[in-house]
Formats: sequence, C-alpha cells, structure tokens
Amino acid sequence: MLPDRHEPFKAPLITPFTLILFTVSVIGLYFLVERFVYGLGAVTNLNQGYPWGIWVIADIKIATALGSGGFAVAALIYIFNRYEYHALMRPALLAAVLGYTLGSAAAFIDLGRYWNFYHIVLPDHAQPNSIMFEVALCMLAYTAVLWIEFAPVIADRFGWTKLKRVLRPIMVFFIALGILLPVMHQSSFGSVLLVMGSKLSPLWYSQWLPLYYLITAIAMGFAAVMVEATVASHRFRVPSEQHLLARLAKIVAVLIGLFLLMRLGELWLNDALWHVVAGDRHALMFQIELALFAIGFLVFASPGGRASERWSFIGASALVFATALYRLNAAIIGIEPLDNWSYFPSVPELMVTVGFVALEILLYLILVKLFPVLHTADVPTDNSVKA
Amino acid sequence: MTVAAQNPRRDTEIGFEACLGRDPDHPIVTLGGMTRRQLFRFCAGVAATMGLSSLAGVKMAEAAMASHRPPVIWLHGQECTGCTETLLRAFHPTLETLLLDVISLDYHDTLCVGAGHQALDHKHKVMEEFAGAYVLVTEGGTPMKDGGIYCKVGGKTQVDLVREAAEGAAAIIAIGSCASWGGIQSAYPNPTGAVGTHEVIPDKTVINVPGCPPNPYNFLSTVLYLLTFGQAPELDQLNRPTFAYGRLIHENCERRPHFDAGRFALEFGDAGHRQGFCLYKLGCKGPETPANCPAIGFGDVGHGAWPVGTGHPCFGCTEKGIGFTKPIHALAEVRTTTPPTAYPEVGAAKGEGVTPASAALVAGALGAVVGAGAMLLPRLENGPASDTDTAAAAPEPPAAEPAAPAAPAEPPAAGPDAGAPR
Repeated sequence: MLPDRHEPFKAPLITPFTLILFTVSVIGLYFLVERFVYGLGAVTNLNQGYPWGIWVIADIKIATALGSGGFAVAALIYIFNRYEYHALMRPALLAAVLGYTLGSAAAFIDLGRYWNFYHIVLPDHAQPNSIMFEVALCMLAYTAVLWIEFAPVIADRFGWTKLKRVLRPIMVFFIALGILLPVMHQSSFGSVLLVMGSKLSPLWYSQWLPLYYLITAIAMGFAAVMVEATVASHRFRVPSEQHLLARLAKIVAVLIGLFLLMRLGELWLNDALWHVVAGDRHALMFQIELALFAIGFLVFASPGGRASERWSFIGASALVFATALYRLNAAIIGIEPLDNWSYFPSVPELMVTVGFVALEILLYLILVKLFPVLHTADVPTDNSVKA
Repeated sequence: MTVAAQNPRRDTEIGFEACLGRDPDHPIVTLGGMTRRQLFRFCAGVAATMGLSSLAGVKMAEAAMASHRPPVIWLHGQECTGCTETLLRAFHPTLETLLLDVISLDYHDTLCVGAGHQALDHKHKVMEEFAGAYVLVTEGGTPMKDGGIYCKVGGKTQVDLVREAAEGAAAIIAIGSCASWGGIQSAYPNPTGAVGTHEVIPDKTVINVPGCPPNPYNFLSTVLYLLTFGQAPELDQLNRPTFAYGRLIHENCERRPHFDAGRFALEFGDAGHRQGFCLYKLGCKGPETPANCPAIGFGDVGHGAWPVGTGHPCFGCTEKGIGFTKPIHALAEVRTTTPPTAYPEVGAAKGEGVTPASAALVAGALGAVVGAGAMLLPRLENGPASDTDTAAAAPEPPAAEPAAPAAPAEPPAAGPDAGAPR
C-alpha cells in the first residue's frame, strides 16, 4: 500500500555516543531511586511556592511539545491530505511515542502520592472538574494511542502481517484520536496556568494561554521534526528531506507569525508592553524568548531562509528553544508566588531531567536501528557511520 | 407522645440534662439523678483529662459510689470566694453532685446551712470523729503579721484555724492562688503578711491548685485522684499537680504560631490584634506561667474560652511573683526559647535558589546542545538543498535577523575545516 520504504538503520548499537547517553541515563536513574526511597523533598528543590519544577516543565510540557511532531504531521497528512509528507511520519511518530511515554513516566515520578496514580482511570475516584484530570487522562490515552499507531512499525520488523491486517481498518480511528487528544491536552497545559491569575507575570498571562500552548505545540512539533530530519539525514547519511521541510517551514512561519502578532498585540492592548522593557528578570527572559521566536519566524518567512538547509536548521533550532523557553517562562520563571519564594532545580533534580533526555535520545537511536522508522530509498551499508 | 415516654431510658438522661441547666427552676430536684452509667462516663472523662487509663475512671467511679464518702472541711481565709464560685461553673458534674454525692462537705464557711457556733461545733465534731481521714481544703491566704489578727472566724485567727484543721487531715488541698502562695493580698507591700497555706503548716504536704480562680477541673481531678488512689497525683517542686501545671501556657497556646512567626499585636484593637496575633508584646505572661488554660479552657463552652483566647494577655494568675506582682503589660520572660530581638521580615526569601553546581549543569547541558548544533551547521548546505530542483533560489540567508550571528556566507564546499563553533 505504501509506496514509501522504511528500513532499520544498519549501524552498531553500541557506540561511544550511546555509551555516554547510557551513563547519563544511569545517573538520572540513581537519583530517581533516591526520590522513591527518600521522597521528593530529598531530591528536588520543590517548595510551597513552586510546587511544579523542572520535571513538570521540561519532562512533561517540553518533552511532549517536542513529540508534538507526531500529531502535527499526522494532521497535515491525513486531514489536509498532504500525503507527500509521509516520509516524515514515522520518525515523528517515534519521537512522539518516546516523548509521551517518558512524559507520562515523568508525571508519575513528580506525583507526591504516586501510589494513587491509577485513580485517574477509576471514574469513582476521579475529579472530572479538574483540568489536571483532563490532562492526565488525555496524556495517558494518547500515549496508548501512539503505541497503537506505532504498532505497524513493530509489526513490519517482526513480520506480523496478521496484526497489520487487523489494525489497518481501525487505524483511521486511532489516527483521528491521535490528532484529537493532543489538541485537547496541549491546550489544557495552558488552561492549567489560567488559575495562576496575578501570580503569573502579565508578559505571559493571557486569556489565550490554551491557544498559545496549542500553536506553540504544533510549531514546535514541526520544528522538532525539521531538526530531527536534518540531523538524521546527516548523521545517518540518508537522503535529505529538505524539499519537504521547506514547505513545512512555510506553515510554521504562518503559525509563529500569528502567535507573535497575538501576543504582542495583546500586550499592546493591555498597556503591558512596558513590562517588556522593565529591565527585570522577567523582561530579560521575555526578550530572549521573543528573539528566538523572531529568528524562527524571519528565517521561515523568507524564501531564501526556507531553501537553505543551514538556515532552516538554525530557524528550527531557534523555534525549539523558543517554545521550550516559552513553556519554562509561563510555568516557572514568570510565576511570582506570594511570600517571596524562590526556586532553582537542584543538581539531582536536573540530573533526572538530563537523564530523561539522554534516555529519550538513546531509545530513539536504538529504535531506529532496530525498527523500520527512517524513510529511505537506499539504506547505506557503510559501517563506518557512527550514530 | 413525648420522647421520654417512648424510651424509658430517656427519663434519667433528661434528669441529668436538666441538671445542666435546661430546667433552672428545679435543679436540686434532679441532683441525685446521676445514674451509674453517667457517673462512669464522667469519671472516664476525668481520667482522660488527667492522662490516666480508662481503668482509673472505673476506680474513680467506684470510689465516688462508696457509702462512706470522705468528709471535707473547707476553710476560707483572705479571699473573694471566687474559687468556690468557679466550681459552680463545673458542669460535668456540677458542684452539687460532687459535694453531695462524691464527697461529704461537712463544713464550708460560705455554703454551711448552719451558722455561728452550730456550724463550728459540727466542724469540731467531724474533726474528732474522722481524725486522720478527712480532707482539708483551704481557700484564701493566711495573714501572719501581728499574730494573724487580720482574719478571724469565731474569734480565732486564720493561722490557728488552719493549723488546727491540718492536724488531723488526711490530705490538704490549697485551692486558688491565695491559698497556694498568698495571692493578691500578698502583693507588695503585703500589709497583713499574707502567705499561702503551705507556709502556715510547713511540716505538712499541701497540694497547691493555684489560679485566680483555678480551672474547676484541675481541682475536681485532683480530688478524685486523691479519693481513688489514696495519694496525691504527681506534683512538681511547688506541689502543684503536673497534669495541670506541668507545661507553660506558651507551649499549648493557640496563638503560638504567631509568636514563632513574629506576628504580634502591639495595641488593643490594632490590625494584628484583630487578626488574632500573639499577645506577647501586650504583656502576655503565657511564656512564664505554667497552666493548662489553653488546653482545657473555661466554662465548657468550647475552644478559645480563656483569657488569651478572648484577646487579653495572660496575667500569670497562677504563678507567684507574676500574677498581681508584675505589671500587666510588662513583657514576660520567655522561659522556653528566647525570641530574637530582630525578626526576619515577613517577605523573607524562601526556597532553594540557584547553586553554582546547578547553574553549571544547566549551562553545560545547554552548551552541549548548542555546541552540537553548531558543529553540524558547517556541514549543512547553505543554499537550496541538493535534492530539490529549485537550484536558482537565492543562496543569501535572510538579512533581517536581529540576534543570529553572522553565519559563514561561503558555500558548503568549505568542508569540515569550517567547523569552529560560532
């Protein structure tokens, strides 16, 4: 059915780079054990003023935004009938599977009373009026859907044609669900922040937070797919998908342009623009965030920038950083709790996050070598390539 | 049909309830209406108040039900009868139940039915008949100056009356601050030379239940303990029951968190006072006065019914040298932890901030990611991608970039030697 060819990337599983990633993951795991033995307070710097720390922001909100390529590309292919983007689908899907699986795991470790985790799926234990409940249930459901969407890749690898036959007629349902669910919870990540009220700096607080979160999730998903594709094509020496990425970039430019217009316009209408030049910490972070978004926008808005692989990579990287910083700003840095609380992640806390990222990259590298994920015309046989 | 008619057991319950004040016109009628069950319940409550096991409550109930109720002789000296008054505010049981059913109050200066020589003769009769078996309660201070002439009953000085009654007493309880250590009349210049009971009879053990007035349950609990076990409850060095006077008011005060946080009322009615802040700076003597006032309160009306709870600083009524001696608004000497002279500001920084290690880690991780991206840059084609056919597209990068450093403009053919990080 599919004209595309996907092959496992043939390269040794163990390389110096994967060994480094493995070591970093193990360090993170060590602190995770410590977290479960001694509790959150022993490992993290979380406090009454900042009950959400780097784990929630980086490991859930940013990691799932990075994985948003999965649903953004799927929406492009299946809703807007742009089948030509199909080459990007499987890598984006793998990133989504890993991002959401580890994101759900991160939500679990960040729960103070993690042993009640299963309550969200018991209707008589759930609190259906809570946005957090919606986010949790949605993330859980989407993670399951992602694995079902990824199942054909696994079936390809092991030759389970029967499974593929069973999945094919119902897959459209899961693809639809796989687009609906992230739209729900990515915007809910923003809705959660609405209750922050005046605790959140006017630079980030907005009635439109849910929409901003959704736009940035889609934009970051595309940008992450572009970064991945560029890195993959160079590290794995597979054909460049630059012609696809250039067209994707146009969509991103529109999204980011809309996003910047809305945010700056809202600040202007609220007479809050002076906060941008207030000279304090919030203003500085906003300026950096704005500059990163502007780089991405300007690169992708100009035909030359879209056509250049190098500039596209710079623009996509800038957007990934911009969205990550936006989520960090709106959920931690821009928060000013009463009573003069301060928060900066502790070293063990950071190591868990770094370990999570390392584990995600490690699993990605291992899975593209084991499963037919990368789109390829001719898979290189050159064993000197290390990845 | 009334509830009582439906349930015969309700009759006794109602009788007991009426005693609590539902039927103020006829309280005496139901005086003996305390059932066995109710007495056990009461004694269990008292035992719990004293930190004893429920078994002790059963023993107390048995002692109270014994046919030979121990006779009590109650003497008044220099005082206001407030201590007797406070016992009227005991509701479980009422004073009447205690006096008529639990003990046998054979002589009480102000509650005697008889008067004059009749009453005094009865007192002497009881003292002889129950020599070594009766309980002596003294209320009020004893003047010692000028031969003790400042307080007399029936022509005898209070000093002589106390010594006479103490001779054959099985146990002596001094109720109130006056009897415990002299009270208000012993304050400077103490014109009558008033002292507490234990100074009048230094060779005897006097259980002191100080307070102005003391909480009635501190007295009742002490009496029941005495009757039950035949000995005094655990006493401190001033012979006060430790169950009631073992802790400073400061330790159990509901306003203590305000003290620890440095939130004080500075004037009556100021913002802090209205918000229930600590009264230490208004002169509250809680930090140097041992008593259980915050724990059990007064008047059985629930939490907060005690001086500090109503917004007035404690004036240290139970403690010699503080109550009636120290000015009411003088600062207390804090016996537990001395507060710092300067408190941290309310908005003091809380939570863990950035450390060099965590900052280095963030910078390192960020640097590694940016560095890796920068290493890749020179290998990327700075122009239309080779596998597209739009070869004519402009090779120039967008010029309008505010923050991007000048990227190398040379074609990608420059090769790996252009790999220096930006």
